[in-house]
This record gives sequence, C-alpha cells and structure tokens, in this order.
Amino acid sequence: MLEAIGVDSIDRLFEAIPADVRLDRPLALEGGLSETECFDHLASLAARNAHADSEACFIGAGMYDHYVPALVDAITQRSEFLTPYTPYQPEVSQGGLQVMFEFQTAISELTGLPVANASLYEGPSSVASAAYLAMGATKRSKLVLSRGLHPHSRATVRTYARGFGAEVVEVGLEGGLTNADELAAEVDEATAGVFVQNPNFLGGIEDLARLSAIAKGAGALAVASVDAVSLGVLRPPGECGVDVAVGEGQPLGNRLDYGGPSFGFFAATEEHLRRMPGRIAGETTDADGRRGFVLALQTREQHIRREKATHNICTSQALNALAGVVYLSWLGKRGFVELGELLARRTAYAKQRLTAVEGVELLHDAPTFREFAISLQVPVADVLDRVSEEGIAAGYPLGREYPEHENGLLVAITERRSREDIDRLAEALERALTATDAASVGDRPASAPGPEVSA
Amino acid sequence: MSVPSGPPANADTPTPQQREAATTIYERSVEGRRAATLPATDVPEAPLGELIPAELLRSGPAELPEVAEPEIVRHYNRLSRRNFDLDTGPYPLGSCTMKHNPRLNERVAALPGHARLHPAQDPKRAQGALELMWRLERSLEEITGLPHVSLQPSAGSHGELAGLLLTRAYHDERGERRTKVLTPDTAHGTNPASVTMAGYAVVKVATDERGGVDMDDLRAKVDDEIACLMLTNPNTLGLFDENIAEITALVRDAGGTLYYDGANLNAVMGHSRPGDMGFDIVHLNLHKSFSQPHGGGGPGSGPIAVSERIGPYLPVPRIVRSEGSNGSRPRFELDHDAPQSIGRLRGFQGNFGVFVRSYAYIRSLGAEGLREASETAVLNANYLLARLRAGRAGKHLPLAFDRIPMHEFVLSGAPARRELQVKTLDIAKRLLDFGFHPPTIYFPLLVDEALMFEPTETETRESLDELAEAIDEILAEAEVDADIVRHAPYTTPVRRLDEAAASRRPVVRQPR
Repeated sequence: MLEAIGVDSIDRLFEAIPADVRLDRPLALEGGLSETECFDHLASLAARNAHADSEACFIGAGMYDHYVPALVDAITQRSEFLTPYTPYQPEVSQGGLQVMFEFQTAISELTGLPVANASLYEGPSSVASAAYLAMGATKRSKLVLSRGLHPHSRATVRTYARGFGAEVVEVGLEGGLTNADELAAEVDEATAGVFVQNPNFLGGIEDLARLSAIAKGAGALAVASVDAVSLGVLRPPGECGVDVAVGEGQPLGNRLDYGGPSFGFFAATEEHLRRMPGRIAGETTDADGRRGFVLALQTREQHIRREKATHNICTSQALNALAGVVYLSWLGKRGFVELGELLARRTAYAKQRLTAVEGVELLHDAPTFREFAISLQVPVADVLDRVSEEGIAAGYPLGREYPEHENGLLVAITERRSREDIDRLAEALERALTATDAASVGDRPASAPGPEVSA
Repeated sequence: MSVPSGPPANADTPTPQQREAATTIYERSVEGRRAATLPATDVPEAPLGELIPAELLRSGPAELPEVAEPEIVRHYNRLSRRNFDLDTGPYPLGSCTMKHNPRLNERVAALPGHARLHPAQDPKRAQGALELMWRLERSLEEITGLPHVSLQPSAGSHGELAGLLLTRAYHDERGERRTKVLTPDTAHGTNPASVTMAGYAVVKVATDERGGVDMDDLRAKVDDEIACLMLTNPNTLGLFDENIAEITALVRDAGGTLYYDGANLNAVMGHSRPGDMGFDIVHLNLHKSFSQPHGGGGPGSGPIAVSERIGPYLPVPRIVRSEGSNGSRPRFELDHDAPQSIGRLRGFQGNFGVFVRSYAYIRSLGAEGLREASETAVLNANYLLARLRAGRAGKHLPLAFDRIPMHEFVLSGAPARRELQVKTLDIAKRLLDFGFHPPTIYFPLLVDEALMFEPTETETRESLDELAEAIDEILAEAEVDADIVRHAPYTTPVRRLDEAAASRRPVVRQPR
C-alpha cells in the first residue's frame, strides 16, 4: 500500500503534524484486552450496580422501569438499523426514513398535535429546544417555568437561557399543582413561553387547558412536557390549547441505561413546522412515481443555513425512536389504553396502601396517574437505605431539589410493580420507619455510607 | 467484483424490492389485532373517572396500529432491507468515521447491571457505573491531553453548544463582553448554528491555497471582541493545519478561548493531542472515533475535555472519587454543587449506554491499538486516494488541495461536470448501484462539486481496490454515455426522489 502511495513509511503520512505538537510517547492508557478479558472487566463493573432486575424499582422521576418486549431488541439489533448513518442517501435509506415517518405519526397521535419531528436527544434538552422555538416565534425573551417542571428540565433551560439571552422565572406549586394565580401574574407581554409538565414532577395531573389559556391570553406559547405513557388515558396536550408538546421517550420501549441513550419527542401545531428543530421525514415520490420518504424541510438545517439554521441539532435518536415506534405497535391501540388504566389503578391502590402506614402521608391530594409524592416522618435517606436491604428501591428523594419537602419521596408505578410488590414496599416502609424512629430516639447512626452491592 | 445490474438496458424492469410498495405499519392495521398482553389487573377496578376528573381524561384512543407480533416482525424486517448499512458494505462517508461497531460492545452494554440501572439509583448502589464513567473520563483526558472531562453532552453539536456556554461563563467571570466567534469556512455546519444559539455572532475565516487557515485573514479578524475560535484539525479537507501553534497563540493572546471540534480525532489518536496544540475545549464524538453504532442518525455522545482555566465551569453533576479507608475500594459520588458551573445540559448523567461501548472499545484497543487505528485510517485514505488518482479520477475528479491528507480527503467534481456532464450527485447515485455508500458530497462548501472520502481503518485493501475500481468504471461509463450515470440509481428500492416536493408540500405524518 505504501508503494502505491509512493512513500516509504507510515510516518511520512504524519509529517504534516508539526514536531512540537507531535506526541513523542505512548498514551498512558492500559494495554489492550482480549474480548474475553474485556467482557469480564465490564461484567465485574456491572455487577456492582443494583438494578431493576435485582430489586423492585419504584424510582421514576422521568425514567421508568417498564417492560421492554423481546421484539424491540430483535429489531433494533439488526445491522440494517444499528449501523447506518443519517439517511443522506434516501434511495438506500428508505427503511430508516419510513420508520421516522411512522414515529412522527405515532407522536402526533399521542400528543394530539399535527406535526412532530423524528426525535431529539432526550427530555430536558427538548424543553430547552422548545424555549428556543418560543423565543423565535414570539420575538420575546421571558420564559416562565412551573416548579412542577422536572428539576433537570428547569436546570437545562437555565443553562441554555444564558446563551439565548433569556430571562427565566419560576412559578410555585399549590396543593401539588402549578399555582395558576401566580402564573397569571407572572405572564406578561414580554413572555415567550409558559412551560409546564403533565403529570408534573410531584405526580399531579395539571389542568393543561387552564394553564394554556393563561399563556395564550398574553400571546405567549404554551409548552407542555408530557409523560408519553400517560397519553393513553389523559387528555392530549393538542386538545388543551398547547402549542408545543415535548417529553422524554424512555418509557416507550427504551432501556433505563442509567439515563441514556433514549429520545426526546417534539410535536407542535402546524404553524411551527418550519421552525422545528431536528430531522423531519416527509413523504414524496421517486422518478418512476413510487412512494418514498426523504428528509424534508432541510432548508431549516445547519448544512444549508449554517448560522441562520433554526437549531444546531443534527442528531435524531433514530435507533431509540425505532424502539419507541415498535413498542407502540406492540402495545397497539387498545394495549396503550389498557396500560394507562392499569397504572392509574395500581397507583390509586399504592397511594391508599402506603398512606395506611403510620408515619407516611400524601404530600398533596391532586389527582395522579402513575407517580405520587409522600412525606415521611423521619429522614428519607435512612429509610431508603433500610428498605434497599430488602431488595426494594423505594423511590426518588425530593429534598435536594425541593428543600420545602425535605422528607418527601416520589414513588413510581409501572406494569412491572404488582400489587404484591406494592404490599411488600408498604411493609418494608413500616419496618424502616419504626426502626429509624427507634434509632433517632437514641444516637442515630449516620446514614452514609451504606452497604455496597457485592460483586 | 460483481458487475452492477441496471443501466438503461433493463431500467424498465423493476427489481422485486421496487415492486414491493412502501406500506406503513398503520396501513397494515386491522381492527381487533394485537401483540401485547399486559398483566391482569390485581387491584380494585375502579372506573377511571373516579380516580381522575373526567375533564382531564382522553375522550378517545390514539390511533395506534392494531397488528399481531408476526406482522410487526415482518414489517420492520422488510423495512430493514430497504436500508444500506455499514455491516453490509463500505461506507466512506467523509467526516462521519464509519468504523466497525464491535459486537462485544453491544453485549456488555446490554448487561442488566448497565441496561437495567435506573439513573436516579443512589450512587452508593451504582458504584460500578460511576467507576466506569470515571475511568472513561480519565482515558479521554489522556487521549486529548486536557485535564478535565464532562461526559454529559449528548452529541457533537451538544458538545459545541456546551463549549460556547463554557466560553461565555469564562468571559463573564472576567467581566468581559465578547460578542464574536471565529469559524473557518471549512467548519462543520453545526459550528455556526451552535454559535448563534449561544448568543454569539459568527465571523468567518478564509482558507488559504494550502487548505489551511488563511493567516492574514485570521490576523485581521482577531481582536478583543473575539470570544472563541472554533477549529477542526485536521480540518474538513483532511489536512492538518501547518500553522496550528501560531493560530492558537494568536487567539490566546487576544484573550479568546480555543475550541477544537473533535469530529476528526480518528486521524490523530496517540499521535497528537488538542491539549498540546493549545486548545481549551474539545468535543469528542463517541459515535465516530470510539465505535458507538450510528443507529441511522443517533444515538451519539459528545463529551467535552477542557483546560484548567475552563474546568471550574463544567456541567454538573460531576463524578468524584475518594480513596477508601483501610484498603477498601475507592468510592464514587455525584457532585451537584459546583458554584461556577454552567449547570445542566440535559437530564441525569448523559448517554451512559454509549459510555459503556466506548469504554469497552478503548480497553479493547489500549494505547497501542488506538495509535494503530489512526495509522491505518490515514494509510487507507492515502491508499484509496492513490488508487483513484492512478485511474480516471486523476483526470476528472482531482484532489481539491494537493497535499498529503490524513484520514480523509476531498476531490473536486468540477472537471467531471464540465467535461463529462455528470455532477457529483450523479456519481454518488451511480455508486449505489455498485453496492457502495457514496462519500459525503457537496461538503466542504469551499470545494466545487466536492466528494469527501473517509474509508476509516475498517476497510481492507481489497475493499478499497473495489471502491476505486467502481469509481473508475463509473467515469468510464460517463465518458461513453453520461446518461447512464445521470439517471442512476437503477437497482435501489426506490430511484431518485423528489426532495423539493417534500419540502414544498410537506407530508410529515400518515393521514388519518
């Protein structure tokens, strides 16, 4: 090969690198491993994590332990979906492009909004992308966020807002729901968008129609981050006057993966189609009149518009979105509703069962769907450690992000959490509360560090 | 190699795949069919209206398809066969680093301890995951020559945005109001878009006749309003900038930060490091250099490595390691409390599944293997170029800048268009009939009718020979009858598509 190139060594090909920036030593990394050694090393790391197969997982906070059907793995692991790039050559990318088209249709159906993109990175950054759209669409720069919006979404919007040059204000919760009066007072003619979540972070089901009306009354966009799974039973944002609906796609057929990769979805009213971020597939025909699909509206995108592009995102989480659309097809029209009904009923049972435990109270009495907040009479961290010893991850502690709920705990239900699991959680909580209470009478031991999972 | 079927002789006879009409999953739906069975309701079956106020409930179901499992499998398998993919054949897409995706990585990512780990698990019970991330951070620091890493950004352009927000935080803390970001005209399209989103104005820098940054233009534009220079090196022409030391010194002396777009890191792993070149911020594409499968457009991951002066502003949470006492294991924590941090860029800790794959890749190759991967990538690019130049491409598709390229190179199709009346697009489409994915086309913008090839270390000498022969054959066809090339492809599931119509009257969902 060197002979064909006309050089006598590979080093000659690296001569363009000036000597003073050439690395004159090997990288200080460990030596390469054989496949079996590498597997063993990774497996030993994995074994030190307590996961949703090794314990009953009641943690939610945006990502949920739903069952991912075997079908999803079989399809997403096919080379033809796993290993291509973005469909720049549509003639040999019809499979991927049609999946995007089917995905967009599913998201449009779920949200009740007419147009959707082919997915964004994940949930919270999709909220920030919606903020950018709202600012562009209204030429305004104030963003009003409900404190019911996921803390990660609010934090992400604040990070992006420094680049956008936006002002961010937050509106509190009252009785587990966004305080509508406070919201109305905060929304004004400078407001680009109002951002709420449904169900909100504490599990409360918001009156989206009422909150949207407040935004629209001031000429601002109503943006809702929604739990996709809730849309089997809850009124879709598109029927509540919401302009842009976004959300975290993990619950739709994607693994927990310690937080990613998953996908974010992004749906909007027709008027925002040309301002939408990300890839969008569209239907067209080929030279012989056959139906086909292409990346549509590329004039919004960076490679053509450069600094005038509507957004900098050129990733769609194509493989994760494929998992999403396969999952929705697997559930189907009726299964999707049944899943929502099952979650709502089990959640109602769990609320009643857990609050029957002495020392456990509901944090609010707003209606809920699949997640709810309780408060404990004793420090949550201690209780979580004790309950974990019984093979249960009891939930998400609220104290760090909601200091007003120092002993708050968010509990999530999925179809994988049976009545028996819920009963087991209640009993474990009862034991933990009693033990923690007793310990606190004396000299309570420090909560951390707890026992590490053994390898 | 196989002779492509297709050109005009049988262009009227559709292939079996072409006969198969594109039918969506919604069009396969038949009322009453289903795949999933859910667990039985084991709690009181209260009417939903008693649990949730009726006005908050959905009035009718979403129109999802009604299909049984065998139909779903057939449908998506059929669709998969309408994709070209890296496991099927060469994919020399410039700037995209289409390298092999080791299957081991899929296996270790799917281990329940990784795949079934909840992101809000108490760090005490996620020590293996945090240790993996910590180890990956240290590896990326060594590879880039920079002292701090955040794995959080979800993709390259997310890393760019992060880098610009870090730049803003850095200047803000010094009370400086800088408004402009320099980007060479060879920059990736996402660079200028990220600059705009971060609230800066784009200032373009020209390219000189050697394919590097035009130093006179740069000197004229560097001033105290410059917040940052964003550079890809080797650049999108595949050329390592000969003046790199002077470029970074100029911008640093003017008070700007230096951003390195790591999309082309595959050329220099173990040979040269952005930190040693003077850069402050680098994003890495784990889906390019570090073997995460591209998945048809995603997922990816775009960690950033930064210098000491940028370190304090990195996103939260950060992973911290503390020594265990009395010989016990070290402990890993998530630190959410960094007062100078720009904050979060997304939910939870980032695309962990990608971290697992890339960590496995780095451990499999080791220091020597990474260096060798870059050497082979550069060797392959130069060999392919030599093969092409020895044939008809030497005349019709000359190298845009005549220097030894690194891992990729850019040809100009301008002579072919002028002399043969075939455009770069035509050549790309004809390559599909030969069983190759085309190179990146019409990028970078400064090369007329550009074709950008990046074969990566994955390709063998034999597959590079076949690719060069295919291109030579296409040019030979064009010399005889340009129409053969101009009307390609013939054998793909669909032929050339009307992209303009899809944007003029967009149909972006299945009609109800």
